[in-house]
Amino acid sequence: MKKFGVGALAFAAALGIAAGSAAADDLKIGMMLTLSGPAASLGKHVQDGFMLGLKEADGKFGGVATEVIVADDELKPDVAVSKARELAESDKVQIVVGTVFSNVMMAVAKPLSDAGVVVISPNAGPAPLAGQGCSATYFNTAWQNDNNHEVMGQYAESKGFKKVILMAPNYQAGKDSMAGFKRYYKGEVADEIFTQLGQLDFSAELARIAAAKPDAVFTFMPGGMGVNLVKQYSQAGLTGTIPFLSAFTVDETTLPATKDDAVGMFAGSQWAPNLDNAANKAFVEAFRAAYGYEPSLYASQGYDTAKLIDAAVKASGGKLDKDSLVKALETASFDSTRGSFKFNTNHFPIQDFYLVKAVKNDAGAYVTEAVEKVFTDHGDAYAEQCKM
Amino acid sequence: MSLMLMAVQSLNGLQLGILLFLIAAGLTLVFGVMDFINLAHGVQYMAGAYFAVTAWLLTGNFMIAVILALAASLAFGLLLQWLVFRHLMGRDHLDQVLATFGVILTLNEAARMIWGPSPLSLPIPEALSGSIVLMPGLLYPVYRIGIIAAGLAVALLLWLLIARTRVGMLVRAGATHAPIVAALGINIDRLFAMVFGFGAMLAGFAGMMAAPILAVEPSMGDNLLILAFVVIVIGGIGSVRGAFLAALIIGFVDTMGRSFATDLMKLFLSPSAANDVGPALASMLIYILMAVVLFFRPAGLFPARGT
Amino acid sequence: MTSTRRRAGWLPLALFVVAAAWPMIAEMSGNPFWTVLASRMLIFAIAAISLDLILGYGAMVSFGQAGAVGIGAYSVGIAASHGLNEGLIVLPLAVLASGLFSLVTGFVAVRTRGVYFIMITLAFGQMIYFTATSLSAYGGDDGLTVWSRSTIFGSGILEDERVFYAFVLILLAAVWVLARLLVASPFGKVITAARQNEARVESLGFDIFAHRLAIYTISGAIAGLAGGLLANHAEFVSPAYMNWQRSGELIVMVVLGGMGTLFGPIAGALAYLGLEHVLAGFWQHWRIILGPLLILVVLRAPGGLGSFIKTRRT
Repeated sequence: MKKFGVGALAFAAALGIAAGSAAADDLKIGMMLTLSGPAASLGKHVQDGFMLGLKEADGKFGGVATEVIVADDELKPDVAVSKARELAESDKVQIVVGTVFSNVMMAVAKPLSDAGVVVISPNAGPAPLAGQGCSATYFNTAWQNDNNHEVMGQYAESKGFKKVILMAPNYQAGKDSMAGFKRYYKGEVADEIFTQLGQLDFSAELARIAAAKPDAVFTFMPGGMGVNLVKQYSQAGLTGTIPFLSAFTVDETTLPATKDDAVGMFAGSQWAPNLDNAANKAFVEAFRAAYGYEPSLYASQGYDTAKLIDAAVKASGGKLDKDSLVKALETASFDSTRGSFKFNTNHFPIQDFYLVKAVKNDAGAYVTEAVEKVFTDHGDAYAEQCKM
Repeated sequence: MSLMLMAVQSLNGLQLGILLFLIAAGLTLVFGVMDFINLAHGVQYMAGAYFAVTAWLLTGNFMIAVILALAASLAFGLLLQWLVFRHLMGRDHLDQVLATFGVILTLNEAARMIWGPSPLSLPIPEALSGSIVLMPGLLYPVYRIGIIAAGLAVALLLWLLIARTRVGMLVRAGATHAPIVAALGINIDRLFAMVFGFGAMLAGFAGMMAAPILAVEPSMGDNLLILAFVVIVIGGIGSVRGAFLAALIIGFVDTMGRSFATDLMKLFLSPSAANDVGPALASMLIYILMAVVLFFRPAGLFPARGT
Repeated sequence: MTSTRRRAGWLPLALFVVAAAWPMIAEMSGNPFWTVLASRMLIFAIAAISLDLILGYGAMVSFGQAGAVGIGAYSVGIAASHGLNEGLIVLPLAVLASGLFSLVTGFVAVRTRGVYFIMITLAFGQMIYFTATSLSAYGGDDGLTVWSRSTIFGSGILEDERVFYAFVLILLAAVWVLARLLVASPFGKVITAARQNEARVESLGFDIFAHRLAIYTISGAIAGLAGGLLANHAEFVSPAYMNWQRSGELIVMVVLGGMGTLFGPIAGALAYLGLEHVLAGFWQHWRIILGPLLILVVLRAPGGLGSFIKTRRT
């Protein structure tokens, strides 16, 4: 666990020896993200976004001295459980900001809620936590997992596509993505292709797609898999003929690798760098200046999470007990980079969603760009199952 | 229609097989000749890809980048050999597994520190970009045909080297009768270092060829390493011929499984059950194949140490 | 050799005493969380012992041991999702399920030797991993929350971390004693002898295949116990428990501690997980420290960490 502000004591703290430097009424935030291994880039974006928000608050959320303890969950659920409990029981954090991945979220949700820690997810929003398993102490500042897939489903429906092929890796999130797409798309699903997790070569699948000639392809292919798919899709000459609709596949974490191959491909998102509001303009500029790379939706989620906590602590008047925090978080108002943002009854966002497109901007960088609004004030399909 | 799809999938299978062969060939050579299990072969593949990307960023020319990266891969392989591997010659296989596992951890992390956690890419050279029409309505990327051609050329070159040259003869002899070769006045250590460097270069070459179609990222070699091991075990350890054949079989079986397993399952099961079982079965297919091969031939298809 | 034997007497005992007092140490130093951390280490120590039985004594390097651990974990997780929580039922169930898996796969695997054995166990491990990811009824890749820990005679005492720790420690001690008895028995002697000279043992009339299959099955069963405990500890089961990297880590633990010693793997598990925890604590690029450390241990101390002590004594 990396300590900020108590650098010299970091090693001792890592061993679990109480640092003892933080006064009782300081804010301690545990940050649990996947920061090592093949899937580390999303975590880095979230972390950088969050830290930028903390820096803009002068290291004091709501005027209260704030210590952030960063933990790497290594994308191993059992490691994550162990570290989450350490954050709660040893470091005595009031808030955990995490996680990136849903399987890790599902693993740490129970121990953290048992320990009475407020969890704010800057990314993972699995269905069980939005529906029957919702909890007063669990908040999500990103989206419910299905949302961005629903955006593409709605878009395909509104464009009048008659025949679409769906493709996703063969794991839970992949199946959820197809379910989310089909919730709003009512046309024919010509084929559902499940690929291997971590698959490198998509030539077999692309041949099937080329042979079937659908009106569009919808895919959810996160990380390196998405990079491979995008490059191969473009190389197979399909980009111009069959529209490429995606979620969590074409964004600023993968665009540096796909570059021109991705230009013209579509994605569903709640954020894009060109969203026209003052908070977003300031964020994009400050982020570029601070880190030297283009922010992604994940970075904006990390940043918004910091702004939310800042507003909530201010509203609670510095009271950091669980109930005051939950109450303050529910109603906190802050200038979100997405414009409108409020919490639903299940503590997931109600927000606008956009069709975004990969472009090369005037400065020569590859970024996403919102082209049309698909949903206004959109919640999720599970909120009514939530009895809080 | 479905016949055309079949033809394209066969080509895809061939291309995947060739890529696997490029990685497996170096692995099986090092293993067969030096009796050395090199788990770090996968990170050498990764290194080749990163070298090519870096060289391309510096020069902007694909061919020059490949040549520079080949030299870098060779140098890097020899450096690893000098730093770590030469101390592991003749040691227990388990020690080799453990130490080279340590090399994997180190180099994956080093790549992440140097090049960052996000994937990078190498653009396809202008001459090999685009697709050609194989049959009316079916396009195939030129670059993939390039991979197939390059792989076949390497296979031919390897065969010539091993079967027709003096070095090849020494390598074959060294594999089975190292002490005798040494007694004849051949510097066996230098011979082994040469084989090792060559193996590293082959792995690096595979990485460079793959870089334009796959994401260049830390740990990119880990999954391919496992596949390469499956290939050399099915082929028979130490046999380049076996590796070639097994790589093609694996490439073909994997591609066909991914294309047709779900449809095949739909003949027996309900569509939703088939959607559950099909993809899982497709992922397992090559492992099932390996288990079956080893059940009937516990030492692989060509149990050919030294031949 | 005699010094090793003498050491083998007091060191485990000393470690056991420290381990027994551990929750007290943790509480007194104001870090009750250390008990939770230690439980996890002890669980992996059980898995490492199970691997040492075949790896250290039978020269069978299994690259699929995590698969057996995962089956144990899923047995507990799936039983719990159907409302079956009694530890005295589900833990034996985990042992049986993993044992059965090893028995069936062993029929194919045990015929092979050396690298072929490594690869075929890897293949079975991958098959069970892909099966788990496709179990959408039990969460698929997202895994499955175990809503409460196993009960003992209907009582929920394992919810208390100190009791759970004691429970794991007792099981670890029992497994260690059992494994020692096993390798010292005539049955174990056949396996060790077959590692050194297969033909001779065969000519004495022993059925080596049957012996190896038996120890492979026992090893899998013990790994299943570790899996059942892991599911209880994390209160979560996930396919991530059984991918091949996990099997690799188990091998590292065994070799790091000193294979074929049964005690070494315990030390190896503690050292590896402890190191991972500490290093990951202060630097996100901790693997760049762990990697060279591993290489150094192999190059400088071929017998594992234990050999450091041995060389100093002689």
